[in-house]
Amino acid sequence: MARKKRGMVFPGPGLKKTATGIQGLDEITGGGLPQGRPTLICGSAGCGKTLLAMEFLVRGSQQYNEPGVFVAFEENAEELTKNVASLGFDLADLARKKKLIVDYVYIERSEIQETGEYDLEGLFIRLDHAIRSIGAKRVVLDTIESLFSGLPNENILRAELRRLFRWLKDKGVTAIITAESGDGKLTRHGLEEYVADCVIMLDHRVTGQISTRRMRIVKYRGSVHGTNEYPFLIDESGVTVMPITSVNLDHPASTERISTGVPRLDIMLGGKGFYRGSSMLVSGTAGTGKTSIAFHLADATCRRGEKCLFLASEESKNQVIRNGRSIGIDLEKWVKKGLLRFHSSRPTFYGLEMHLVSVHKIVNEMSPKVVIFDPISNLTAIGSTAEIQNMLMRLLDFLKSRGTTSLCTSLTHGSGPIEMTEVWISSIMDTWLLLRDNEYGGERTRMMYILKSRGMAHSNQVREFIITNKGIDLVNVYVGAGTVYTGVARVVQELKEHAEAIARAQESERLKKELDRNRRIMEAKIMELRAEFDSKEEGLKNEILLREAKEKVVAVDRGIIAKARKAEVHK
Amino acid sequence: MKKKASINRAKKSATKKKPVKKSTAASSDVWNLRLYVAGQTPKSVTALTNLKKLCEEHLKGKYTLDVIDLLQKPQLAKGDQILAIPTLVRKLPVPIRKIIGDLSNMERVLVGLDLIASP
Repeated sequence: MARKKRGMVFPGPGLKKTATGIQGLDEITGGGLPQGRPTLICGSAGCGKTLLAMEFLVRGSQQYNEPGVFVAFEENAEELTKNVASLGFDLADLARKKKLIVDYVYIERSEIQETGEYDLEGLFIRLDHAIRSIGAKRVVLDTIESLFSGLPNENILRAELRRLFRWLKDKGVTAIITAESGDGKLTRHGLEEYVADCVIMLDHRVTGQISTRRMRIVKYRGSVHGTNEYPFLIDESGVTVMPITSVNLDHPASTERISTGVPRLDIMLGGKGFYRGSSMLVSGTAGTGKTSIAFHLADATCRRGEKCLFLASEESKNQVIRNGRSIGIDLEKWVKKGLLRFHSSRPTFYGLEMHLVSVHKIVNEMSPKVVIFDPISNLTAIGSTAEIQNMLMRLLDFLKSRGTTSLCTSLTHGSGPIEMTEVWISSIMDTWLLLRDNEYGGERTRMMYILKSRGMAHSNQVREFIITNKGIDLVNVYVGAGTVYTGVARVVQELKEHAEAIARAQESERLKKELDRNRRIMEAKIMELRAEFDSKEEGLKNEILLREAKEKVVAVDRGIIAKARKAEVHK
Repeated sequence: MKKKASINRAKKSATKKKPVKKSTAASSDVWNLRLYVAGQTPKSVTALTNLKKLCEEHLKGKYTLDVIDLLQKPQLAKGDQILAIPTLVRKLPVPIRKIIGDLSNMERVLVGLDLIASP
């Protein structure tokens, strides 16, 4: 049945595969090594063939319940046990549990005298006995080329090797054969003729003082496989191969929003913060507060009970914790609770691929919800812009496909327009927060603004913020008219405006009083006039009355006179 | 009684018969020989025949011979580190010598067992 797993399709029936249990290897081989067939692993000295083969057996016995036989031609059982103890494999314990047998085959040419016809049946018998005694399904022959230097007759040896591989196939065991690469050839003695089903080549290269281990599937009969070189690393938990992740961009897009840890910044980001599973870039010149924002995010994440991974490439864990404390963020308590984990290593410690692999490993182990990279700009020390972009793209793709939110801080140089400085990386980031210094009037004040935030409405204001011993806080929006002032200049401006407002208030107060006064004067005048008028009125009225009275008297007088003179009464 | 090994400078030729010289092996030790075979294959039978012949010729009376069939006892292959079949192992006297093949090249066998000096 064909299964779909993270974009890789496993083949249908026809070619059964044995899962190796080695992280990443099963992905690039599309399910593991061919079951019941031998696989050739070749590489130069020190590439890790023996360790890879040993891990194949150990994981087989521990995780898949398939016991294994390790036929060692170069080291004996004690040496092997010691060597792989550093990977955490306890061979003695596995041997006791009958899960893994180490059979050391010793050939010393000087002890051997060849005297006629022979075959290698002894080896077959030993192998058969070992396989049967624990029911082994996996076999490793490391390195079978030792037979070439031990046995004198090459013809017999080659014939027997052919017979051996056929015999292994008949037994149905999945076998790994290791061989050392020759100059220009896959193996020194041409073993690839016999082991034709699957060939994996390991490589250990040094470029620019940094060494990287790479593996490549040269051929895999009957199966689709990744053909590129994949970097891998070997550390205390075994081999980890880094597969190229999701070439197709089909990761899920969450609509959940998480807080950045600075409440007012969340408001600038559409009111709720940024999307879960998105990537955020915080860039700025030196000392603008990028790492402080990262602290807030780490703190907010842990407060919600989610795990956070902090990858510091410039400071040690203790330094980071100390710095966080100085702004009032206690990261140590989250570390103690196991929610916050630090991983500090300078970029020049290993190559870009190695960084990728180690981040993969830690993320797979820990499954954090938020990953912080502080900073990413110093990766330029180990690769060109194109290489770093490539690596970051793969890394962010990997994180996005898991729904992990990421925050990267980047130091910009400050020369040239700031929006140009991160053009190599801004396209893979969903949110870009820019921090800037503003120098004016003898001081530098901090400003931040959101250049872009995909999928949400965000503030377009350049906000001033301060870093106090209680963390980052955004200063209130300046609502004065005209240009925005920051810092002391703003205070000065505010005071000025305040003074102006007071002056205006006083002016209007004064005018009011003036109006009042005028009104009173007017009223007083009116009263005066009225009083004057009243008195005149009185006088005139009296006059009128007098004249009227006089007129009456005259009229009466005339009447009397008229009577006296016997005038006709004129009507 | 020991004899010093003498170096035979004569050129080796497959057809010529050469005189056999005794070398460092002390004649008074008892030899302990082990022949590992895998069933009754032609090679194993040949080896056994050749070996018996050799022992009678050169080590009469002072050897012990074990024939170990690995098909019966596979676990014994590990002890002596047996890869090839048939293999003859000289356990005593020390040092251990291994001789692989059906022992048809008698000269080589003798050299391998230190019964004669190597040319």
